[in-house]
Amino acid sequence: MLKLLEGPQTLGRGKIFWSCFLAVLAGALIYPLFADSYDVGNFAYFLIWIFMALGLCLMWGYGGMLSFGQTFFFGIAGYGYGVLAINMGGGTTTIAALALSVVIAMIAAGILGYFMIWGGISGIFFGIVTLSATLVLAFFLGQTAGPEWHIGPARLNGFNGMKGMDPLTVGNFDIEGSALYYVMIALIVIVYIALRMLVNSSIGNVIVATRENPQRAEMLGYDVRKYQLLTFVIGSGLAGLSGALYTSWGQFITPSSIGLPAAAMPIVWVAFSGRNDLTATLVGSFLLLFGFQTITVYSQQAALVLMGVLLLATVMLAPQGFVLGIGKLVVDWWTKRRRRNEAPALADTARLQSDET
Amino acid sequence: MALVDVKGVSKRFGGLTAVSDVDLTVNAGEVHCLIGPNGAGKSTLFKLIVGLYPPTTGSIFFDSIDITAERPYARVQRGMSIKMQAPSVFKELPVRQNIQIALQERILGAECRAEEERLLALLNLADDSGKLAGALSHGQQQWLEIGMALALQPQLLLLDEPTAGMSPEETFKTGELIKSFNAEGMTVLVVEHDMAFVRQVAQRVTVLHLGKIFARGSLEAILEDEKVAEIYLGKTHAH
Repeated sequence: MLKLLEGPQTLGRGKIFWSCFLAVLAGALIYPLFADSYDVGNFAYFLIWIFMALGLCLMWGYGGMLSFGQTFFFGIAGYGYGVLAINMGGGTTTIAALALSVVIAMIAAGILGYFMIWGGISGIFFGIVTLSATLVLAFFLGQTAGPEWHIGPARLNGFNGMKGMDPLTVGNFDIEGSALYYVMIALIVIVYIALRMLVNSSIGNVIVATRENPQRAEMLGYDVRKYQLLTFVIGSGLAGLSGALYTSWGQFITPSSIGLPAAAMPIVWVAFSGRNDLTATLVGSFLLLFGFQTITVYSQQAALVLMGVLLLATVMLAPQGFVLGIGKLVVDWWTKRRRRNEAPALADTARLQSDET
Repeated sequence: MALVDVKGVSKRFGGLTAVSDVDLTVNAGEVHCLIGPNGAGKSTLFKLIVGLYPPTTGSIFFDSIDITAERPYARVQRGMSIKMQAPSVFKELPVRQNIQIALQERILGAECRAEEERLLALLNLADDSGKLAGALSHGQQQWLEIGMALALQPQLLLLDEPTAGMSPEETFKTGELIKSFNAEGMTVLVVEHDMAFVRQVAQRVTVLHLGKIFARGSLEAILEDEKVAEIYLGKTHAH
């Protein structure tokens, strides 16, 4: 099983890579000991979105399906968590609400994905249909301001958003602040490792084969539609996980977290980072979220313009993504350096051997 | 015994009839060549057999089972394998991974790796196994695709112009490879223009012309048919 951590579908292998991984993880684990609780809460907020980015990376980068619908499933699970947490009475049941809301998002992905994939929708039309679904959901939730729009005691509240749900809770302990941060770190490590193993497995082989040439993949005996649906459900489920965690973190959710500007963000993160690699997406999305949040403090408009500029720059200068491009440059430089160092050593050995004879 | 039985199959694209009321039987264990001039409907018939196109009318049987409504992957699972006319490989993936994807449904682990090595050596691609498939020459991509088709160990191997872009030596080697697999019991259906290659491998030949079966039989009999020479070889008679 551990062999699947490395493979042709993922950059980064060997002791150096995993040492860096452990060093970053150790740094992340001790960070709350040195930072104030506000910054830790902010970091937890950035990490919420990573799942959505990794899900899109899986669908778009590995599966070749550009989904504009990550916030659709984010919204379904986000509102789902709110409705379930309020109706189930809060407390420890919020854990079940979290799990169930992700399952609901995955079921929705299964239904939407089935009609799209079995209907033969692909390429740009896949993006158009998923974006349409997103906009319809955002529009629908925006007109639910009246008191008649409620599920049990949970009111949807239109553009003002749904509120009043408990955060994730175990017994009497609310998972907030540093505790939420550690939950995020644990979930990200689990999801990242699981996705690496998935894409390097035989299933991952078929997923990338389907991206490259679906007809050839089918002519090798694979029902590519099932693999595409699996990819779509997992990727969308991860967006759902982001949504449920977001609602739990802020104890509110509004339709604006589903609409067009929000829907465009995951595309920018993943395109900028490098859609073909999970590690690049993980690192790049975090850096962008951190930068976006920092700039937003001064000007939200400037942050949005910067995102647009970054997307254009990616398309023009680094279509495979900036972080992935930089990562490949570092790997190439390191490999060449090692070869240069090994060449004189080999020459010395050869000289010694010839001297001996 | 018929492995493939095409019964009264037609395929129309709008006003164009690419294949018209074709009956074709491919017997188990034979190498059967489909020949005909450009536009005769050979590749369309291939795609009908493998399920890439649904027929407008008619039925297709494989091993006596009606597969007319089955999708291509289901037909492949029954024992078909195809090499398309234009090289159809996973261009952005390494050569070895292309072979691995073809093998992994059948075998895994050490057995899969051993079979990978065997196929790569057989296809003269061992030295290029780390290259992206798209970086191979046209002829090498043809070889790779043949290797992927063979990796499935099919009952029926369909080869659409397998030697296009190959040198005479490579063409001859491909012919010998096909004969060796046929000797092990594999049925092969080939579309080919190269008559030397057809002569090398064919046990039975069917000539298609304007979407219809024009002639069938042994290659010698076909070549002696003056009408075939007229439509296929462009031979003209002095009147």
